[in-house]
Amino acid sequence: MAGITTTQLVKEYPGGVRGVDEIDVEIHDGEFFALLGPSGCGKTTLLRSIAGLEAISSGTLVIGDRDVTNAEPGVRGVAMVFQDYALFPHMDVGDNIAYPLRIKHVKRDERRATAERVADGLSLQGLIERRPGQLSGGQQQRVALARAVATRPDVLLLDEPLSNLDARLRLEARTFLKELQRDLGVTTVFVTHDQAEALALADRIAVMRAGKLQQIGTPREVFQRPNNTFVAGFIGSNPMNLVAATVEGGAIAIGETPVPVPSGTESLVHDGQSVIWGIRPEYLTWSDAEEPGGIPAEVSVVENLGASVLIAVNVGGHKFQVVVPEHREPAPGDRGWIVPQAAKTLLFDAETTERIG
Amino acid sequence: MTTTDHVQKVAADANVRHFLSRIAFTIILTIIGLLFALPMVWLVLAPFDATPTLSLEWPDWTLQNFARLAENPYALRSIGNSLLLGIGTMLIVVVLGALAAYAMSRIRIPGRDGILYGLLLLSSIVTGTAAMVPTFQIITQLGLINSYVGVLLVLAGGILPTVIFILKDFMDSIPKSYEESARLYGAGPFRILRDVVVPIARPGLAFIAIWTIVQVWGNFLVPFILLRSPDLQPAAVLMYTFYTESGQADLRLISTFALLFSAPVLLIYFIVNRRYGFRFHGGIKS
Repeated sequence: MAGITTTQLVKEYPGGVRGVDEIDVEIHDGEFFALLGPSGCGKTTLLRSIAGLEAISSGTLVIGDRDVTNAEPGVRGVAMVFQDYALFPHMDVGDNIAYPLRIKHVKRDERRATAERVADGLSLQGLIERRPGQLSGGQQQRVALARAVATRPDVLLLDEPLSNLDARLRLEARTFLKELQRDLGVTTVFVTHDQAEALALADRIAVMRAGKLQQIGTPREVFQRPNNTFVAGFIGSNPMNLVAATVEGGAIAIGETPVPVPSGTESLVHDGQSVIWGIRPEYLTWSDAEEPGGIPAEVSVVENLGASVLIAVNVGGHKFQVVVPEHREPAPGDRGWIVPQAAKTLLFDAETTERIG
Repeated sequence: MTTTDHVQKVAADANVRHFLSRIAFTIILTIIGLLFALPMVWLVLAPFDATPTLSLEWPDWTLQNFARLAENPYALRSIGNSLLLGIGTMLIVVVLGALAAYAMSRIRIPGRDGILYGLLLLSSIVTGTAAMVPTFQIITQLGLINSYVGVLLVLAGGILPTVIFILKDFMDSIPKSYEESARLYGAGPFRILRDVVVPIARPGLAFIAIWTIVQVWGNFLVPFILLRSPDLQPAAVLMYTFYTESGQADLRLISTFALLFSAPVLLIYFIVNRRYGFRFHGGIKS
């Protein structure tokens, strides 16, 4: 078991493009850690750099107490599950799981025994002699996991572990992964572009964009207090409502309505400053009658989400999204008020896009 | 005549016409098929005929021709020589071809595809008539005339570019994640080649092996110009010496030897097919 520390890690491609740009991350021993970001943000490159499949251009990488910046992948004590699982099609499940042991010159009987024990632990009983091609997607994933954990690695790396499964299986596999990780207690880093997956699985999340780290924090931290407007828009199944505004006497105008700046930021802003005001759709309520702090709005679109309804409303040229409980939804064209929960509003600097306060 | 009758008559005419055209088509195909079958039938029948001619006739059954061939001091040995050259070239080509194709597939070299296409285009020259004289001179200066080393080098050199080209396509179709996965568990490049790449590329390697043997088996020019002693000659060259005393082609020997000549290649095909699940998809990604 081991933690992972990267210091000023850079992966630069020929031509000067930086896939990973000066990343400082400290992943604790036994932690379930997510690298989250849109495609092309460098999250997979960072994972592959940790694995040793990409040569690190500068900076250092420490796993446990060893500096493995330039070490061969085979000696880093890491195991990885690839997005396509990379199961060898010409070997049966048992040989696949035992392949790492074969490289370590473990005897065949012992290999087979270990493979069976690990397979049992991952509910793959009776599949030992099948070929990967004869397995379902979920089973293939479990075989890949079994192969990765068979050698008791210090660090387990998962590249988009759930993306090759269909939607229903994905939820099942998510729970399974979390349980497995807790049972093994192995430091696990996984890459995903799906914020819901990251929020559900990870102990902590690193949000990345264009090779740079945007924020590291627990799922609650990145959801409640995003560092900048990018994280605010990326995290959450409905992106945060972000509205450009100007500070005027300790308040900002949303449409015609003055809204006080979030508590704690009063002293950090000055009159005339350009800011971005943010509030999550889940923290807005819809009201037919005027309420204190309510902002007049008109409903334009209503989308049913099952147990709740997402409505889009217009406020003086700005569009807001509001999550409304079922059976309480207004119809398009209705006029009413949206009421923000004052404690949940956020303020960002319009220039740097960083959160204020 | 009513309209209905007329329509029925037209339909019947169309049916008859369709039927006749099918018959004509089948007859033409049968004739073409027979034309192609004739040499094969000759090849099987003529060796058993006491007096074979170039025409196809019911043989006057005998095994005399085989007995005569067995008396020829060079005949059987030449088949052995052909096998030696074929298998030797095959081993060189498969081993070097697999290594080169793997490297070509995995390492980014500027102008890689240009190199491959260039080699492919030039390769036909090495074993071809155009480069016969320079090839002969090079081999002479190397002191490799009348030795199998020289023949193997020239044959392998001529075949390798095509082999690398075909195998590279096979290697390209193997996902990189397989190798990366093996690398993470500590496997080195040769280990990965042995455990992962070769087993997956096996149909391609089997194809290359057979194809190489067939190429060498039928190659007349290279052994003809590079080998001197009659006891080193492979079968394809030896056949050229079967004349009667009067200078006529000795059809009894030629037909019998031709049958023996084609047998090993067929045999190898069936053996490889059974053992390695030989599939004829060449460089096409399956």
